[in-house]
Amino acid sequence: MKNLRRMLCFAGRCAKEILRDPLTLFFGLAFPILLLLLLSLIQAHIPVDLFRIEHLAPGVAVFGQSFLALFAAMLISRDRSSAFLTRLYTTPLRAVDFLLGYLLPLIPMALAQGAAVYAVALILGLPLRADILYALAAGLVPALLYIALGLLCGTVLSDKQVGGICGALLTNLSAWLSGVWFDVTLLGGVFGGICKALPFWHAVEACRGALNGGSVWGHLAVVAAYAAALLALASLCFARKMKKGE
Amino acid sequence: MHAIETQALTRRFGALTAVDGLNLTVEEGELFALLGVNGAGKTTAIRMLCGLLAPTSGDALICGKSVVRETAAVKQLIGVSPQETAVGLHLTVRENLLLMAGLHGFDKAQSRDKTEEILRRLHLDQVADKRAKTLSGGWMRRLSIAMALIGEPRVLFLDEPTLGLDVLIRRELWQVIRDLKGRATVILTTHYLEEAQSLSDRIGILGHGRLTALGTAEELMAAAGTGSFEEAFVALVGEEAAK
Repeated sequence: MKNLRRMLCFAGRCAKEILRDPLTLFFGLAFPILLLLLLSLIQAHIPVDLFRIEHLAPGVAVFGQSFLALFAAMLISRDRSSAFLTRLYTTPLRAVDFLLGYLLPLIPMALAQGAAVYAVALILGLPLRADILYALAAGLVPALLYIALGLLCGTVLSDKQVGGICGALLTNLSAWLSGVWFDVTLLGGVFGGICKALPFWHAVEACRGALNGGSVWGHLAVVAAYAAALLALASLCFARKMKKGE
Repeated sequence: MHAIETQALTRRFGALTAVDGLNLTVEEGELFALLGVNGAGKTTAIRMLCGLLAPTSGDALICGKSVVRETAAVKQLIGVSPQETAVGLHLTVRENLLLMAGLHGFDKAQSRDKTEEILRRLHLDQVADKRAKTLSGGWMRRLSIAMALIGEPRVLFLDEPTLGLDVLIRRELWQVIRDLKGRATVILTTHYLEEAQSLSDRIGILGHGRLTALGTAEELMAAAGTGSFEEAFVALVGEEAAK
């Protein structure tokens, strides 16, 4: 019981640190919505099948989640560089409490982010239907994937490296390999194979499927497998670093 | 029971022996300063005593609990104020203290009571609702010590608590540290020799990972045959370097 209370106390602190950073509000909420508005405006003038709102909204919702990786990674790496983690290592918190404490606050943030994107999509013409809730729920699995990536990067990288790798590389990779901006199946060959081997395209397809009556569970299984593997790796790395007091 | 008892505590990093068979006892309620030039092994020794770094060999007992076999129990007994200020920058002073109280297992009501008590005791109440990132260096250090104290530690480690602060703020913090006497055993590492002389009951000097001198400031001056503590420190450290 005391361990649970400690973990929740730490999770509360992480939530405050993330929410009080203005960059979180911009990249977490404003940026995906601006992207949705901009692409919908383009769509109104030059219609493209891929950018129809029922295709675009789930894609932008998943793309927005890539910033969760940045938030998680930045928080851990900053805690380490400021020696705050060193102080926390001398408290009774265990490695599992740390990871859950970093992870849990990002789940409601992922839900809020998804809800905001779909709310704007409704204004832009997405028909109101129960499938929106299904898509929102399906989006939790990709959210876990990105959070796990963030936990891993924050654990093994310095705060300067995190900015480059999670802020630039990961968001771009997940954008180009996910099929949000173009249909990766049309490319085929090596590039299409890479997209299908990685979880980003499956994440978008699962949410599109949930919203539009397509296949969901097969795609989600791939994303969940990656998320579980990354979480396990992040836990292992964090526990090793903690043992060394790093 | 001793507050701290090290038993041939040793830590090697590859070919380098950072702490070499350290044998030291510190009594309960004592304010003990650990001095040494850069690279003498102070930080490594403190990290082992806090359970942050496993010894290569040997052991240390904190109030009877082994840092090797009972690390979790040791963490219930200690408080640490690291050299870096190490506070939650987006949290207020009060929130930082509530966090540390919560992490030490106090429930909400207990955490609130302890936070208000320590805010008063360390005169932090006037900045209680300010975010930590807006605090000056002196307030930040005061907060750092308060965060280490809120778990009611039996052994408190203060690593360079006044580093980089001006003389007035340093004197203020000295008073805060003096007020801790009798409440907890305090292990202080510092580069300011007058700080160690003014605050400590006993002083240990580390050189090349070994304890080269131990005693009160007066005893160390007498041993070195000098009239000032700074001269004694230079003489004792120099002797060790010559060996």
